[in-house]
Amino acid sequence: MNVLIKGGRVVDPAGGIDAVQDVWIADGRIHKVGRGLKAPAGIETVDAAGKVVCPGFIDMHVHLREPGFEYKETIASGTRAAAAGGFTAVACMANTFPVNDNRAVTDYILARAKVEGVVRVYPIGAVTRNLEGTQLAELAELAEAGCVAFSDDGKCVMNAELYRRAMEYALPFGVPVISHAEDCELAHGGAMHEGFVSTELGLAGQPAAAEDVMVARDIILAELTGAHLHVAHISTAGAVRLVRDAKARGVRVTAEVTPHHLLLTDEVVRSYDSNCKMAPPLRSKRDVEACLEALVDGTIDCVATDHAPHALSEKEGEFAEAANGIVGLETAVPLLLDRLVRPGVLDLPTLVTRLSTGPARLLNLPGGSLARGAAADITILDLERTWTVDPAAFRSRGRSTPFAGFTGAGAPWMTLVGGLKVAP
Amino acid sequence: MSWKRKDLLGMQDLDAAEIIGVLDTAASMKEIAAREIKKVPTLRGKTVVNLFYESSTRTRTSFEIAGKWLSADVINFSASGSSADKGESLLDTARNIEAMSPDVVVVRHQAAGAPALLARHLRCGVVNAGDGAHEHPTQALLDLMTIREKKGHLEGLNVTIVGDITHSRVARSDIHGMRKMGITVTVAGPPTLIPAQCQELGVKVSHRLEEAIAHADVIVMLRLQHERMQGGFIPSLREYSRVWGLSLAKLEHCRPDVLIMHPGPVNRGVELAPEVADSAYSVILDQVSNGVAVRMAVLYMLAGSKSA
Amino acid sequence: MSSRDKAQVLDETGLDRALTRIAHEIVEQAGGGQDVALVGIKTRGVTLAERIGAKIAAIEGTKPSVGALDITLYRDDLGLKAAQPVVRSTEISFPIKGRTVVLVDDVLFTGRTIRAAMDALMDLGRPRIIRLAVLVDRGHRELPIRPDYVGKNLPTSRRETVAVLLREHDGVDRVVIQEE
Repeated sequence: MNVLIKGGRVVDPAGGIDAVQDVWIADGRIHKVGRGLKAPAGIETVDAAGKVVCPGFIDMHVHLREPGFEYKETIASGTRAAAAGGFTAVACMANTFPVNDNRAVTDYILARAKVEGVVRVYPIGAVTRNLEGTQLAELAELAEAGCVAFSDDGKCVMNAELYRRAMEYALPFGVPVISHAEDCELAHGGAMHEGFVSTELGLAGQPAAAEDVMVARDIILAELTGAHLHVAHISTAGAVRLVRDAKARGVRVTAEVTPHHLLLTDEVVRSYDSNCKMAPPLRSKRDVEACLEALVDGTIDCVATDHAPHALSEKEGEFAEAANGIVGLETAVPLLLDRLVRPGVLDLPTLVTRLSTGPARLLNLPGGSLARGAAADITILDLERTWTVDPAAFRSRGRSTPFAGFTGAGAPWMTLVGGLKVAP
Repeated sequence: MSWKRKDLLGMQDLDAAEIIGVLDTAASMKEIAAREIKKVPTLRGKTVVNLFYESSTRTRTSFEIAGKWLSADVINFSASGSSADKGESLLDTARNIEAMSPDVVVVRHQAAGAPALLARHLRCGVVNAGDGAHEHPTQALLDLMTIREKKGHLEGLNVTIVGDITHSRVARSDIHGMRKMGITVTVAGPPTLIPAQCQELGVKVSHRLEEAIAHADVIVMLRLQHERMQGGFIPSLREYSRVWGLSLAKLEHCRPDVLIMHPGPVNRGVELAPEVADSAYSVILDQVSNGVAVRMAVLYMLAGSKSA
Repeated sequence: MSSRDKAQVLDETGLDRALTRIAHEIVEQAGGGQDVALVGIKTRGVTLAERIGAKIAAIEGTKPSVGALDITLYRDDLGLKAAQPVVRSTEISFPIKGRTVVLVDDVLFTGRTIRAAMDALMDLGRPRIIRLAVLVDRGHRELPIRPDYVGKNLPTSRRETVAVLLREHDGVDRVVIQEE
């Protein structure tokens, strides 16, 4: 695949580039990045004047739901949603049905992705068998099969002894253990964040402590074992402080945050709209501010959507009964561009680091830069393009988002994987 | 003061003038209970559906009598269980009922927010008869009516609500309604049963019963559910009733004209000693008769008018 | 007179004489004052019923029973309004059964208020006879209702309104016709 992307503002933090340049792709790989490149006549040209050209974005926390929950999402629909959202790769969680706790499921996911997927799919394997939290899954086999991390996400491994053993056992494979930090007893029955809003609404809440307690535990276990701990969907000021302190001490901990935990507070739950229901829940203003600060200063390494599609019938209904989870692949980049980059909270190079370079490094994936020879996974952004969030138009099968009707400017314009255009 | 709203979902939505409107109308409705022929033709031809997901004979019966005395046709739907795993979803049930053209649906549900969900989807008016721990507006209205009847006024009174505030919709509705009418509200209970940041609701919080009720004009005792022992909220019923139950001895240090109220049903011997429940301080039975009057007033105000 | 007033129909003296005559007529037809019960329709009908009751007491020496009736719950136009009218209370402290009840109202117009009042009375008991006393009959009946005692017959156009002002409510006694 040969393409010449002309005249765009190339933002490649890994390569130290932030300038108007051309990008020449040959055979699906980056051939050259520079000014006024002379490529062979007849090469497919993309006029990227006024656009921003970045290494492809990677969403390291996505639920593709296949195998087993195809009514919520499939690898086909999920990867199309990813491409439309500007992502060239996704890492998919193990809470499928059957759970990805053995090589047969990993192989299945990779095989389906090869045929049906339009972006790169990296499976994450389970830590414990069937996510039951009682026995280790065969981590060596999962790593061999191509899992890029281990996580029981959706659930928390409550048994500290078992989690310690998992971290130790996983060390030789050089992949992170990703924690869904939620003490299930403290969080028990809580449908939203415990605070003044939950008191007024009469809804059982889960305190920030339910997350902080587990982040603290997991950091201590990571210190004990030397493992690379990655905190999934961090959402509280307390957890942020714990991660900051741990990093300062030299612990191998990284963290991700979702766009909704950067932009919304528990106040939006007042409508009892279950499009605002997810785990961890939307938190207080103080927590949101702490996460924003941490994203800017790098305490939080990357943004990951925790894209969690559900069928409409699982979301409509009483708030306490509704399933946890919202979609995020198609709203993340537009929201971040409009709400963080445009007002100057985050600059573009930092955004690219948080969406591309960071995840690639964290998961040890190819990608995250436009270096010569790298696969031509490219996200091109149009900072002027205006949008309105319209769930009915999503490529994802899931429609549940608290951002329906939101408007803004700045969106993905074109997505290429291996030099091939996958969106629009 | 007439109402122009489609639904009654909570006390939080009402302003003082609307509350007074209900109380005044309810006072007029109360006269009908004393008549030989307990019927007025006001809601003739209107249909009121009682959609009760939580079993509750007394509230449902109260709404039923209220509707019937106004000549409405009252239908009782007793659905059970939560929607997801037990058959028809809440919205589907509601849509089915709506297809039968009711004028008002009275809903009680264990999930907070369920009446709000229904109100968004139904054309007819929705009355919240209790949603989880969120609100029970007609209870608060009948409590206010009872207090006003006995004390002659509302503003400036001190009311203490005692018990499991965390899980109580009656407490929340009472707090909102009473504060709007200028009442000073204190909540009292063990810290495990007081919800997060409760004082931000505009109430005083106390963890000592005697101190909390010493100057109260009205004491509202809440029912303690037996499940609270699981989950570590209280160690035992014995300890709860010893420390937080109301006895005649404890009442000796209160105002001699203090009123005791309870939303019912009373756990005799737990939150109220039997002698207290039967004493002259107790206005629990007045609450029940006022309940019918208040519900008549609410149905009249929502069902009679052309919908907004 | 306010700027909307077209004509004064009764002044203070005229109003008082009309009520005196009505009181005498009621007593004459009933053969005495004891059996009669006056029920005023809220709000100004109640005031008029009290005044008539006082006059009957002056004539006969004994005061007749006087009650107040709120007919809001019996109106036939409830479903047609945007918001519910306020309900006031009914205070009739004597038994209705077997009594001669004279309904008292200020203005008789379409007759619907009287229809509602009769239904309300029937729900409270079974009177032997119901009669109707009004201060002003302005015509334009929509139901077959006729008064037994009338203070003044007043032909009006539909566009006009008749305002009865009473000392106890408005500080002055007078009846005026106003343009809509």
